Amino acid sequence: MARQVKTRNKVIVTIAAWAVGIAIFFPILWTVITSFKSEADAIADPPVFLFFNWTLENYVTVQERSDYFNHFMNSVVISVGSTLIGLLIAVPAAWAMAFVPGKRTKDLLMWMLSTKMLPPVGVLVPLYLIFRDIGLLDTRIGLVIVLTLINLPIIIWMLYTYFREIPGEILEAARMDGATLKAEILYVLTPMAVPGIASTLLLNIILAWNEAFWTLNLTAANAAPLTAFIASYSSPEGLFYAKLSAASTMAIAPILIMGWFSQKQLVRGLTFGAVK
Amino acid sequence: MGSIVLEKVHKLYGNVEVIPSIDLTINDGEFVVFVGPSGCGKSTLLRLIAGLEDTTSGAIRIDGNDVTETPPAKRGLAMVFQSYALYPHMSVRKNIAFPLKMAGMDKAEIDRRVEGAANVLNLTQYLDRRPGQLSGGQRQRVAIGRAIVREPSAFLFDEPLSNLDAALRVNMRLEISELHQSLKTTMIYVTHDQVEAMTMADKIVVLQAGNIEQVGSPLELYRNPRNRFVAGFIGSPKMNFIEGAEAAKRGVHAIGVRPEHIALSKDSGLWKGTVGLSEHLGSDTFCYVNVEGIGTLNVRTSGEVSVHHGDTVWLTPGEANIHRFDKDGMAIR
Amino acid sequence: MATKHSRAAARLMISPAVLLLLGWMIVPLAMTLYFSFQRYNLLMPGMEEWTGLANYQYFLTDPAFFDALTNTLLLVGGVLLVTIIGGVMLALLLDQPFFGQGVVRILVIAPFFVMPTVSALVWKNMFLNPVNGLFAHAAKALGLQPYDFFAQAPLASIIGIVSWQWLPFATLILLTALQSLDQEQLEAAEMDGAGPLSRFFHIMLPHLARAITVVILIQTIFLLSVFAEILVTTNGGPGTASTNLTYLIYAQSLLQFDVGGGSAGGVVAIVLANIVAIFLMRMIGKNLEA
Repeated sequence: MARQVKTRNKVIVTIAAWAVGIAIFFPILWTVITSFKSEADAIADPPVFLFFNWTLENYVTVQERSDYFNHFMNSVVISVGSTLIGLLIAVPAAWAMAFVPGKRTKDLLMWMLSTKMLPPVGVLVPLYLIFRDIGLLDTRIGLVIVLTLINLPIIIWMLYTYFREIPGEILEAARMDGATLKAEILYVLTPMAVPGIASTLLLNIILAWNEAFWTLNLTAANAAPLTAFIASYSSPEGLFYAKLSAASTMAIAPILIMGWFSQKQLVRGLTFGAVK
Repeated sequence: MGSIVLEKVHKLYGNVEVIPSIDLTINDGEFVVFVGPSGCGKSTLLRLIAGLEDTTSGAIRIDGNDVTETPPAKRGLAMVFQSYALYPHMSVRKNIAFPLKMAGMDKAEIDRRVEGAANVLNLTQYLDRRPGQLSGGQRQRVAIGRAIVREPSAFLFDEPLSNLDAALRVNMRLEISELHQSLKTTMIYVTHDQVEAMTMADKIVVLQAGNIEQVGSPLELYRNPRNRFVAGFIGSPKMNFIEGAEAAKRGVHAIGVRPEHIALSKDSGLWKGTVGLSEHLGSDTFCYVNVEGIGTLNVRTSGEVSVHHGDTVWLTPGEANIHRFDKDGMAIR
Repeated sequence: MATKHSRAAARLMISPAVLLLLGWMIVPLAMTLYFSFQRYNLLMPGMEEWTGLANYQYFLTDPAFFDALTNTLLLVGGVLLVTIIGGVMLALLLDQPFFGQGVVRILVIAPFFVMPTVSALVWKNMFLNPVNGLFAHAAKALGLQPYDFFAQAPLASIIGIVSWQWLPFATLILLTALQSLDQEQLEAAEMDGAGPLSRFFHIMLPHLARAITVVILIQTIFLLSVFAEILVTTNGGPGTASTNLTYLIYAQSLLQFDVGGGSAGGVVAIVLANIVAIFLMRMIGKNLEA
């Protein structure tokens, strides 16, 4: 009896959960499907779901007309570049705070977090002018610098929470074994923290890939990453749903896949270790 | 060589005085055990010697050289940690080789020394495993292996056996003692377990609240404890302390007598009491006897003596083995 | 604890990060502050002059400012409300055993990884468009008049889109927190005679308090500066109906080239963000220390 009720409950929950899951995912699914339609099929009323002439022509058009690949590479360079530089700065800082904590370490961490609360628009004007004056507007390097700085606090926080889980005795053992500070960080700390560093890397690439304030305001054409490239589709010229879908699919696919891989670490990373 | 001298070593954490001032000489080749209750500063003292903590004032000399300001890597000491502190991402071979690699030794020599250490410690067949795949005792041996390959001037052990189960602890105790016999290198060993201290040490340093209470060989401490703290700490089960009339009869503030120095008889003796609890260990029986006017005394008898709860018995201390203490707890010789 | 050597090393290792962040904070901030007291328009170079508080007066008395402030609060509050209530309910659902948990989790989390410009455009065109959107098709199929979302309820539409992006985040965090709840606590409560509702209010909700705090904090940081979603859907309109503070300042400085006015707005935004931040930090301090 009890067993039966349990099975029935499980079936009900299964149906409800799948219904909700599919509803939430539907816009993405619909975008992907639409990307394979002709423009006429894309706006057909009633909508066609699966039975239409599947075509790849939208992808070809998007690449040909607007040099998708160039924008894709911009996104890659900007997100990966800013994350790697951020890590390079953050690993030593997080080492210091995790293993040589002082009276002010907590305050320092809070202060770093508080720089995230500075509204970007508050410093938009000066940054725009500085970039204009030294020629960094619409350059990859300019965006790498900005994204490194805005994500640095998150990288440090994440690494800090991972490092804190590594017992200090192991680093002391390395010191006793004659390791210099460089060797200690390179041969002992870093390999032990690989899972933490990897998920920090992944998450920050995702955040940087999707960043849509600075990328929209500091680029025009040359360095525009996918966020800005897609935004150019906001002014409609005739029928374009299928092409918009193709461009969108290409813009989100890589990061969606990375995101799925990193979902276990996502919670802990984005909550600065407060929720695990 | 490995003689270590501490001169007026003093340590503050903020405003908290952890070690007021310690003078201590450790001779080359000695096995010295720092023992004391938790929080007595024994681990801090070891870490000061290792260089993992700064001394607030005073000096530490190794083989005559002042190393007070020298970083741990340059002191030529090796340490075995309580948690073993093995590098989890390295194989056993790499773990043991790590200090040699750091010292920039050539590969052939590293291999030779690692093989040698593995041989001594029975680790040869585990060399390519990760620490995670080893048992507690094996991990302990890897940690020791990592220490011995460097041929340090002294070994530091920080409660190395406290994570092992009782049976293994006895085995490792013997192994470490044997290692000391064969290497003849100075070893400093920290423990809160007085049995480890008694069985392994050439010299025991008893610490309490950052102060050295007494330094001496195990038997010296057992026979002639300098004060009540040492008398109570060394020896298992603990010494019985008696104050009041019985002590006054002998003209002192308190007397102490070990359970093994009290004779129990069913028909006659000095003190009359009733048996409370008794613990039968097989070889020995420990009886807790309630003596009127004195309190409960722990008495060791042979395992064959059968006493029961509520029996009336007589106790007689061996007069030669009675320790006498003055009001400040200092022993009167 | 550590030695002098390691402390010195630590200071050295941490200084690049601290100096960079300090520079990142101070330099543009000082410039914003400076420009905010200037009459400075990019279209009229060389005409810069000191104007005192005129920019502030202009910005703060502009009716658009008040609208933008209200919209910002509505946007943040609305999205927080939707995502937290929805997130708690979703987390409760997904926390129960069912077939295909892993796959559903992946479906639910997906919107979080969609870049803001994509999600805004997809919603705007393929779903909310009054002629060709799916919702319009659905309305017509039911014999109803299609609703022009962005013309008639621009802010609500944007709240909807942003909520879709952030609901996965809230759900995932709350689900993780829920899974860390000691099952024995619930069983003990059940033994004590607590029904499902009182179990939820007396045990689950207090357990989730910390996670909810974290969700509020992190989402607020991001939601205060929602920008791309507005830029690609409504451009802040109609009128100022969907203009938030971020968008208003952007329009002032980069569309009207009024650096002085934009900077004054920037300073106002920073002040407001700091008020929110102090409030948040205090809340976190209470909830995270434990």
